[in-house]
Amino acid sequence: MTEMIEQASSAAGKDARPVKLACRNVWKLFGANAAKFIGERDGKASMADVAAAGLVGAVRAVDLEIRQGEIFIIMGLSGSGKSTLVRCMSRLVEPSHGKVEFEGNDLLKISDAALIELRRHRMGMVFQNFALLPHLNVLDNIAFPLSIQGQDRATREARAREVIELVGLRGREHFYPRELSGGQQQRVGIARSLATKPEIWFLDEPFSALDPLIRREMQDELMRLQTMLHKTIVFITHDFDEAIRLADRIAIMKDGEVIQIGTPEQLVVDPATDYVAEFTRDVDRAKVISARSLMRACEGAEHGGTVAPEAKISSFSAEIVTAGKPFAVVNGTGKPIGEVTPQAVIDLLAGIERPRAGA
Amino acid sequence: MTVTASASEQRPPLQRWLVIWAVALAAVLVVFLMQDTFPWAVNYPASAVVPVSDWVSALMVWIKSNLSWLTRSITAVLGVPLDFALNLLAKNFKIGHGAEAFTLPRLSWVGVCAAAFLAGYAAGGRKLSLLVGGCFLYIALFGQWTSAMLTLALISIAVPFCILTGLFVGIWGWRKPWAERLVVSPALDLMQTIPTFAYLIPMLLLFGNSPVSAMIATAIFATPPMVRATMLGLNRVPLEIGEFSDMAGCTARQKLWRVLLPSARPTLMVGVNQVIMLALNMVIIASMIGAGGLGYDVLLALRALKVGEAMEAGLAIVALAIALDRLSQAIAHKQAKGRVHQEANAGLWRRYPNLTLAIAVLGVTTLLGLFVPAFAAVPKAITFTTAPLWKAAVNWVTINFFDTIEAFRVALILNVLNPLRAFCEGFPWLGAVFLLGLAGYQLSGLRLAALVAALTAFCAITGLWEKTMATVYLCGISAFIACLIGIPIGLMAARSDRFEKVITPIIDTLQVLPSFCFIIPVVMLFRVGDVTAMIATVAFAVVPAIRYTNHGIRQVPPALIEAAKVSGCTPRQTFFRVQLPLALPEIMLGVNQTILMALAMVIICAMVGTRDLGQEVFIALSKADSGRGIVAGLAIAFIGIVADRLFSAWTAKARAKLG
Repeated sequence: MTEMIEQASSAAGKDARPVKLACRNVWKLFGANAAKFIGERDGKASMADVAAAGLVGAVRAVDLEIRQGEIFIIMGLSGSGKSTLVRCMSRLVEPSHGKVEFEGNDLLKISDAALIELRRHRMGMVFQNFALLPHLNVLDNIAFPLSIQGQDRATREARAREVIELVGLRGREHFYPRELSGGQQQRVGIARSLATKPEIWFLDEPFSALDPLIRREMQDELMRLQTMLHKTIVFITHDFDEAIRLADRIAIMKDGEVIQIGTPEQLVVDPATDYVAEFTRDVDRAKVISARSLMRACEGAEHGGTVAPEAKISSFSAEIVTAGKPFAVVNGTGKPIGEVTPQAVIDLLAGIERPRAGA
Repeated sequence: MTVTASASEQRPPLQRWLVIWAVALAAVLVVFLMQDTFPWAVNYPASAVVPVSDWVSALMVWIKSNLSWLTRSITAVLGVPLDFALNLLAKNFKIGHGAEAFTLPRLSWVGVCAAAFLAGYAAGGRKLSLLVGGCFLYIALFGQWTSAMLTLALISIAVPFCILTGLFVGIWGWRKPWAERLVVSPALDLMQTIPTFAYLIPMLLLFGNSPVSAMIATAIFATPPMVRATMLGLNRVPLEIGEFSDMAGCTARQKLWRVLLPSARPTLMVGVNQVIMLALNMVIIASMIGAGGLGYDVLLALRALKVGEAMEAGLAIVALAIALDRLSQAIAHKQAKGRVHQEANAGLWRRYPNLTLAIAVLGVTTLLGLFVPAFAAVPKAITFTTAPLWKAAVNWVTINFFDTIEAFRVALILNVLNPLRAFCEGFPWLGAVFLLGLAGYQLSGLRLAALVAALTAFCAITGLWEKTMATVYLCGISAFIACLIGIPIGLMAARSDRFEKVITPIIDTLQVLPSFCFIIPVVMLFRVGDVTAMIATVAFAVVPAIRYTNHGIRQVPPALIEAAKVSGCTPRQTFFRVQLPLALPEIMLGVNQTILMALAMVIICAMVGTRDLGQEVFIALSKADSGRGIVAGLAIAFIGIVADRLFSAWTAKARAKLG
């Protein structure tokens, strides 16, 4: 039962971070009089109601909170509404109903001028097909957001060179977008969105247009940047493996609804619906599941080693199977809170489901 | 089964349409045969003619007398840049009056030719440089320099004007969908179907016989492609780029001018190319109202039947057209490909070596022109004229082949043209209104039927029926022959890459030639009359038939052809049962374009003595009778719109069938 307490306390630790962006019952319906339809129903309607009114529900009743500094991934297949949802968050698409709160202020109520200010200084966005301006070279593309704010050439170019350095594009300043490879173009897109030092960073399938090798490289690059910059990231993808690699938390969308929000591990261990389970089925579980989820209370056997509760199984599976002895799971103070047996690890690797003591 | 049953209840099936058409045709035949009983249904009664032309004349007189302050100030304002350009390129600047007048020379021809070489080099490398520079050198050496520079000066002022207007109208149409639907698109359609001649009349009346009125007519005629290119370009900018500009915090104005328009630049450049070519075409025609330049030379020579001179000036127009077209296309192409990086912070000289060099050469040669006359004007000694040569050639042909050509001409007139003409002119106007309306109903519905019938009726009730049908006859037979020639060529080009390589430069060149140029060689051989008009029209209108057929066949997806081959089709079966049916909508689009181009050309052929609506406009132009000219111009436009709408509806239907 210590296990439960541990989990709860670590979850509470995460919750301590302030909420950066929140969606409260956000709806986006396409069709005539969509806002009136959902407004009259006080933000409540079933899928059948929406269809009966001749509307298309791109985003339905979405509630979520994104915390400062986390990588929040919105994951779904094409047509699930994830792109529309992220556009509702930045008001590129005007939601039909609900609230989008940025640090507690309703984004939908602020003036156009305030919105422009907000986007200029506090939001950044990266696009799937890069959206680079074909008539500007790399330097001018990156400096563009600063130039429209009215910064003088010297200031904005100095800042642009900083971010060019950051994303590793030095020497390409005077190239035009068409002279760059896809991966380089997206580096420019990333640099451009970082030039304004945004607090919240929207990435709309940023790596989907790249081939798999480059995609992996860019994912590593993103993780490297995040360890330096600590942005609040909203990341859209249709690739579950990508989501698991990058995410602190994942929201899974289907038909415009968010059907589950949780850490990759929670989704794998405890899928809310068959749909989520279907997604997680082919995932390499050893890379997602941590020692905490697999441990049982100590039974007094000799321990072959120790692991942290957050350690993924894959990080010690070889050692524990070679040792043939259970490993103790120890918390920060070095106190054992349970143990993981080689058999449990083998079962997990082999995909055998057994009722576990803790579950 | 139930589905087909209910569908056939809603719309009469093909069988029923056959019966309906048979009955309708029979009814029209009856009316035609009993024309003694219903004369009013065959020839529109003169007593019932609605005097639209008088109303228009009255309106124009009113405008002229009440708004002369406006037209005068427009003339004055536009005259300033125009005079500057004319002086700069062609006429020399005169400062002061009388004896102490001081003359600043125009740009030296040597400098302009050098600039043309450099512009070609900058836009497209050595090959283009030789082509563009060569065209200018040709113009200089063949003694057409001053005329060509007059024409170029008019274009160089009209084109920026068109581009700016087109840009702003296009932005308006793009911003406001209702404006695009209700104002911009219909206006563009009308502007592009009204014949070039008809523009000249109100301009002549309002602004007089001067380069300014020619320039305004040119500007109006050449603006539509820029409007269309702007709307198309803005709509084609990827959605993400628009979203990016919003996320970067652009204001609406920043978004338009700094993101969307620059991103749309390749499409805009295509529009600019079309504007230049249309402006050249129109400047030539506008020589009738005082534009001067090459067009005027052709006009004078044609009127005096000086074939050699006409040919020479015509070839200079061709040279100018090719140079301008290839140059602007190369620039557009370069824009589409995007730029290549350069060193940072290069000076003006390093960044634009060709431009700075061109300016330097122009300056130096023009200064030299002050002291060395050979730089100021093309010396007579090095020019040569081919006029006697052309004249000799024509003489030789007429002496040796007169009988053959004459026999061909007479046979064509007697056996084909005259009977057809008689048939068309005798066609009952009421029957035409009825049959075209029926076609409109079958192809699209009641709205199209009403539009087509109303436009056709307009031609009758303004008393222009006979002339309208004369136009339809000449345009119809020319378009028919153009398709008869063009579609097989297009098919051959689609089936053989080698043949396509041969044919493409030919049709590209045919397309850039101003319509005027087609008349000259034909007149040399066939003199004036319907045969000349027909042949010139066929040559002018054959291009879209070839182009669209070729494109239509080639755009059939390769997967479908592979599927046909795998199912065991012979090449002949593949062609007739897969490629041709799928290409049909595209080919019909080409036929539609051919008809519209034939119509435009038939009107211009009024200069070689046809007896149709074009002649009506031509006469109105010489008499400055605005009402008569505008109404005839509208009638021509309406013929074009009726043909265009019916064909578009047909094409749309065929497309829908193919899914």
